[in-house]
Amino acid sequence: MSMSKSQSRTAEKVEASLKRRYAKEKRFKMLGLTAIGLGLLFVLVLFVSIISNGYTAFVQTHIRLDVTFDADIIDPDGTRDPAVLRRADYRQIIRAPLRELFPEVSGRREKRELYALVSSGAERQLSAMVLDDPSLIGQTRELWLMADDEVDMVVKGHISRENAIANRGERLVAWLEKLEGEERVGSRFNATFFTAGDSREPEQSGIGGAVAGSFYTLIVTLLLSFPIGVAAAVYLEEFAPRNRLTDLIEVNINNLAAVPSIVFGLLGLAMFINVFGMPRSAPLVGGLVLTLMTLPTIIIAARAALKSVPPSIREAALGVGASKMQTIMHHVLPLAMPGMLTGAIIGMAQALGETAPLLMIGMVAFIVDIPGGPLDPATVLPVQIYLWADSPERAFVERTSAAIMVLLAFLITMNALAVILRRKFERRW
Amino acid sequence: MLKKTLTLAALSAVMISGAAHSASRDYVSIVGSSTVYPFATVVAEQFGRKTAFKTPKVESTGSGGGLKLFCAGIGVQHPDITNASRRIKKSEQEKCAANGISEIIEIKVGYDGIVMANSKKAPTFELSLRDVFLALAKQVPGPDGKLIDNPYKTWKEINPSLPAEKIEVLGPPPTSGTRDAFVELAMEGGAKTFADMKKLRGSKDAAEIKDLMAKLGIPESAFNKKGKKVFKAVAHAMREDGAFIEAGENDNLIVNKLEANPVALGIFGYSFLDQNSDKVHGSLIDGQEPTFENISDGKYPVSRALFFYVKKAHVGKVPGIDGYLAEFTSETAWGEEGYLSDKGLIPMPATERAEFASAAKNLIPMVQLK
Repeated sequence: MSMSKSQSRTAEKVEASLKRRYAKEKRFKMLGLTAIGLGLLFVLVLFVSIISNGYTAFVQTHIRLDVTFDADIIDPDGTRDPAVLRRADYRQIIRAPLRELFPEVSGRREKRELYALVSSGAERQLSAMVLDDPSLIGQTRELWLMADDEVDMVVKGHISRENAIANRGERLVAWLEKLEGEERVGSRFNATFFTAGDSREPEQSGIGGAVAGSFYTLIVTLLLSFPIGVAAAVYLEEFAPRNRLTDLIEVNINNLAAVPSIVFGLLGLAMFINVFGMPRSAPLVGGLVLTLMTLPTIIIAARAALKSVPPSIREAALGVGASKMQTIMHHVLPLAMPGMLTGAIIGMAQALGETAPLLMIGMVAFIVDIPGGPLDPATVLPVQIYLWADSPERAFVERTSAAIMVLLAFLITMNALAVILRRKFERRW
Repeated sequence: MLKKTLTLAALSAVMISGAAHSASRDYVSIVGSSTVYPFATVVAEQFGRKTAFKTPKVESTGSGGGLKLFCAGIGVQHPDITNASRRIKKSEQEKCAANGISEIIEIKVGYDGIVMANSKKAPTFELSLRDVFLALAKQVPGPDGKLIDNPYKTWKEINPSLPAEKIEVLGPPPTSGTRDAFVELAMEGGAKTFADMKKLRGSKDAAEIKDLMAKLGIPESAFNKKGKKVFKAVAHAMREDGAFIEAGENDNLIVNKLEANPVALGIFGYSFLDQNSDKVHGSLIDGQEPTFENISDGKYPVSRALFFYVKKAHVGKVPGIDGYLAEFTSETAWGEEGYLSDKGLIPMPATERAEFASAAKNLIPMVQLK
C-alpha cells in the first residue's frame, strides 16, 4: 500500500516536471536552431551584398562605331610589316567616327572628353584585329568597342545620371543619351575580366594574372607539402617510438597549426629571400611560405587518416609475411589516402585564401604581365581583391566583388571535392 | 619511390634556378608609399604598353618601409626605385650611404592635397586650421592659456559659425603617410596660431623654453633642448576620447562610412575626393576649397609633395629604369593635362617640372641632406 503510494507520488512528481523538462528541451533545441539560423543569415547577407555589388562586372559596356581601317594611318607605305602595324596610331581610327557622330564638338578640352568615351583598351583591340588579319586595312567595319569605366558606371547605374551631370557636366550624359538613342550602346560579356592581368584602368583589368599566380603558388605548395606531410605522418604514426621527443614534436605540430600566418611570412622573408637570395614576389617563394603554413594541417589530417586504419589490417599483413614497409605501402597508405587527400585539399583551400604571409615576401604588388612560371613576379587572387578594394576608381568596387565571387567559387569547388572524395572512397570499419 | 625521388630532384632544380635567377632581373622593381602607388602604377602600365620592356613591378609598402628596402644595398635582389609621400630623411640617406648607395636621384612627382570631407547630405564645412587643431588635438590651450584636455564636444563650441553637431572625424592611423602629412600641415598649422605655441616652436633657448612650458602648463619632464620637439609633441597628439576615430588605411572605407553617417568628417587624399565627388564634398580650409587649381598653386594649405628615389647604380644594369624615368617625367604623364592629373595628381609648376625632368634625364644625384 505504502509502496504503491510512494510510487504514485513519484509518478506525479515526474508528471509535474515532465512539462517543464519538455519545455526546457524545446528551448535548448530552439537555441541551436537560432544559432544555425543566425549563421545562415550572415552568410546570406554576405552573398547577397557581394553578388548584388559584383554581378555587373561580368558584363562590360561597349559602344558601336563604324571604324574605317584607314590605310594612310595604319600602313602608309603598304608594307604590311607587323612592326609597322603594331606601332600605328589606332587612336586616330577610333576618333574619326566619334567626330563624325558629334560634329558640333569643338575645342581641345571638349574633344578630349569626347575621345575619353572609348577606353584606351580599344586601341589594342583594333591593333590585335589588324595584326591577325591585315586584309582589314582599307575596309570599314561596324565594331563594338570597349567603353571607358566612367561611361560603364553611368550605363550600369552605379553613378546616377543626375550625379554624373553634377560632377562631369552635361556633355557626357548628353553624348551618352544620343548614342543610346541610336542603339550604339550595349553590354557584352566581359571576357577581359578573366583573361587580363591587373590594370589601373578598371575596364582593362582582369583576374587572369592573379589566377595564374595563385595556380603556380598552389602547385609549389602542393608538390612540397603533400609528400613532406605524408612522410612525416607515416613516420610519426607507424615507426616513431612513443617517448618524450615524439610527444614534444606532436605538441609543436599542433602549436604550429595555430600560429598566425604572418609569422610564416616573416620567416619566409628572412630565410628564402634574405639568406637563399630567391627573387621577391615570386610564386616559388609564396609556395614555400604557404607550405610551411599548411604542413601542420596536412600532417594532422594524415595522422588522423592513418590512425583510422584498424590495426587488424596491419596485423593481417604482417601475419602473412609482409615486411613493415610492404604493410604500409600496400595496405595502410592506400586505405588512408582518401583522408589524406581531403586534408590536403582543405589545406590548399586555406592557402588559396591567404594574404598576410605574402605581404612580407612582396606578392602584394601591381603586376600587369601574366606570370609564365613560378619565378616570374606574381600576385594571387585574395591579394588582387585587397588591392582593388583600396583603389579610388569607382568601377573597381564591382570588380572587387566579382573577384570575391570567383575566389569563393574556387573555394567551394575545392571543399566540395574534399567532401566527394571522402564520401566516395572513405571506408568505415 | 622513384617517382618521389624524381619530384624532389625537380624541385631542387627549381630552387637552384631560383637562386640563379636572382643574378639578373629583366623588370624594374619599385616599392614604397601607398599614396604614390596609384600614380606609379599608371606610369608603369603605360611604360609597359608603349615599349618592349616588361611592365615594372610596383609594391605598396609605405614610405618608410620602401626606403628601408631601398637602402638595404645594391644588387638585383634590392629594389631600383622607391616612392615616398615625404622627403627622404637624413638618417635614411646615411643608411643608404653605409650600404654603398651614395648616388640617389630624387624626383619630385607633384602634389597631393589632404582633404577633410563630409557627406553631400550635410552642408559644407568652412574650417580654419585653428578650428581643426581645436577639434582634434588631445590638449588645447584653455581660457588661462594653459593646456587642458580637449573639452570641445561640438563644432559650435569651437567656432559659433559652425554647426552644433558632435565632433566626429574619421582619419588614417599613425602608420599612414597621410596621417604624417596631416598632423604636420594641419595640426601644426593650427597650433602655430597660438602665440605661445608659435614662440615655443621657434625657441632654442633653454630658459625661454622652460618659461613657455610653465606658461602653457606642460610638465617639465617633457623638456627638450629644441623647443620644436616640445611643440611637436603637443601639436601631433590626436584626441583619444572618440572624437577622432582611426578608420584604417583604406580610404574607400572612410568614404563609405561618411555616406552612412552625414555628421562625420573624414580625412583622406584628394584623389579619393575627386573620384567620389558624387558622394562627398571637401571642407574649405582657411577659406580655400580643395580643388585642383587651389592645390596646384599652393593656396590650399594642407598639401604635400610626393617623391620617388632612384638608385643610380642600377641604371643600365636593370633594363628599363631610364625608360621608366623618361615616361614618368614626360609631359603626357605629369603635365597639366597628362594622364596622372586624370588620376588626381596635382602637377608641379612648369619650371619645377623642367628641373626634375632634367635631373631624371641626366641622372643627377641629390645632394647630401643637412
